[in-house]
Amino acid sequence: MIKCSSKFFSNNILKLILSLVIISISSVSFGAGEKINYPQLNWSFSGILGTFDRASQQRGLQVYKEVCSGCHGMRLLAYRNLKSIGYNEDEIKAFASENSVNTINDDGEVVERPARPSDKFVSPYPNDKAARAANGGAYPPDLSLIIKARPDGANYLHALLTGYVDAPSDQKVPDGMYYNKYYSGNLIGMPQPLYEDGVEYADGTKATPHQMAKDVTAFLAWASEPEMEDRKRLGISVMLFLLLLTALTYFSMKQIWAPIKKQ
Amino acid sequence: MSKSKFKNPVVKWIDHRLPVFSFMDHELNHYPTPKNLNYFWNFGSLAGFALVTMIVTGIVLSMNYTAHVDYAFDSVERIMRDVNHGWLIRYIHMNGASFFFIVVYIHIFRGLYYGSYKAPRELLWILGVLILLLMMATAFMGYVLPWGQMSFWGATVITNLFSAIPLVGESIVTWLWGGFSVDNSTLNRFFSLHFVLPFVIVGVVILHLVALHRFGSNNPIGIDVKGTQDTIPFSPYYTIKDLFGLSVFLSFFAAAVFFFPNFMGHPDNYIEANPMVTPAHIVPEWYFLPFYAILRAIPDKLGGVLFMFGAIAVLFILPWLDRSSVRSSQFRPIYKIFFWILLFDCILLGYLGAMPAEGIYVILSRIATAYYFFHFLILFPLLPYIEKTKPLPISISEPILGGAATASAFATREKK
Repeated sequence: MIKCSSKFFSNNILKLILSLVIISISSVSFGAGEKINYPQLNWSFSGILGTFDRASQQRGLQVYKEVCSGCHGMRLLAYRNLKSIGYNEDEIKAFASENSVNTINDDGEVVERPARPSDKFVSPYPNDKAARAANGGAYPPDLSLIIKARPDGANYLHALLTGYVDAPSDQKVPDGMYYNKYYSGNLIGMPQPLYEDGVEYADGTKATPHQMAKDVTAFLAWASEPEMEDRKRLGISVMLFLLLLTALTYFSMKQIWAPIKKQ
Repeated sequence: MSKSKFKNPVVKWIDHRLPVFSFMDHELNHYPTPKNLNYFWNFGSLAGFALVTMIVTGIVLSMNYTAHVDYAFDSVERIMRDVNHGWLIRYIHMNGASFFFIVVYIHIFRGLYYGSYKAPRELLWILGVLILLLMMATAFMGYVLPWGQMSFWGATVITNLFSAIPLVGESIVTWLWGGFSVDNSTLNRFFSLHFVLPFVIVGVVILHLVALHRFGSNNPIGIDVKGTQDTIPFSPYYTIKDLFGLSVFLSFFAAAVFFFPNFMGHPDNYIEANPMVTPAHIVPEWYFLPFYAILRAIPDKLGGVLFMFGAIAVLFILPWLDRSSVRSSQFRPIYKIFFWILLFDCILLGYLGAMPAEGIYVILSRIATAYYFFHFLILFPLLPYIEKTKPLPISISEPILGGAATASAFATREKK
């Protein structure tokens, strides 16, 4: 009887795992519609031990600042957050003060002051309508969560940024639209942002479009999940603890049950 | 037993006036439990653990959450970024919902396989289905709170279902929304209900446990306990087994929370709700997908809604639909096959619920839906007339082991 039920048990577990796999496949693929395959890059932050590459993140911040920030905001990020990608307080202060925010002075007038580390990243447009009006009706999305807000976000963004090619002859590209082989529908409102040597990296890295796309993706991946490194580090300790706990409870159970299991 | 069983004078004093300790001793310690329960009997206590986890993390989240259309999304992101370990609390809560459903679905299929819903456990089963229904309502409203795109559009689609009710449908939807679209008042009431319903669930869970302890657990061979030789005290045997099960469960849970926290979520929910932009595919959380597939399989809106709720309604009357007096599938060779077909059918429905409602998916959804109702409404009542069940064992202990070992285990416990 016991043998029979344990066979049944393993049988069941197999089926259970199978069903979970099916469920997970379905949950992954429900962005469906037309499938576009993005090149799969080897990101330093993927995998359960992955961490961010500080140098790449800092270059990414530079790309964001010099290329993206003209149109795209990062409203959920504060300047003080840059500490965790390796900047010191003075650098952050200087970086923040290049922007200005509105405040109300003691006389009740709206005045501008330089942004402080405690301020959120200043968005390029005062509101969504202004953003649309300045971009021919297309809204440049806020980038704070962009990597989490797209399926396979990091690979998607890298592909998108490097996906500008000449449109096939049968494809009409209307004014104000651009052809991108990785964008859903292929017509995107954003002009190609990255060109060879579009920025000059302080560390001497060659600024190819591929390199810049990788760097800005690394930066934005961190912006989406600033807790990631802490999370994974804590996760390793928790898993080790649970492994030990599982072993302890398993052997305790075996010992306690021994007289019952004995024929 | 005549003298107080407690040595501590304070406990003794209290227990004499308020017998909570006797109660706990009786229900959690001595509580006689069939000795042949397999690991599938772990999932009840796991569900209880999941419920408590959800309530504790939920209360902490509510301290930092703002239920307002202009602030909800940002307040969740503030929890993720600025609240100390807020990301941990939120990811536990978010993944906890999925794991709660995984555990409860396994618990339900356990009940289906071993016939745990049959007399005298009909009310136990019905209370369980009620818990499932409350969980679904709670989870649905909880998913709206972060106010992402899927939150908003999911809420819009699901609340709109009620407009299918003839005559009063539109008025009911307006009443549910508290306005003329999903808006701030909808978010506010969903938050309020999402907060209170878990405590209603706790109440029903208590009733579920009272009903369980009336006749005790069913068991893998599904025959009644014949005497003390068939049972062992709950503690230490099942407390340690439940603890082992909990450790395994926590390992899976922690792996999801720490390494794949967004695996079961939808990327679109990290885009703030925008009533002007409809996502390409509106999909509910995975645990609703089988029901969503049934809803879309029926070409008529009202029909779809009725069949979707009907899928739960058949569970309520299952104890009377199944006419077989044999509980466990181990002795029902034909039912056993159909059980696996039903499980496959439900997984297939889940898959189809995630696919766009077009082409082959629609046809498959209809077949799978038809099978679901065939299984409950035709197979359950009629199968006993065809099926030849295998002979049942005389008692739980006899096919497994002699009564001696168990009796001695009881004796050693009593001595302590």
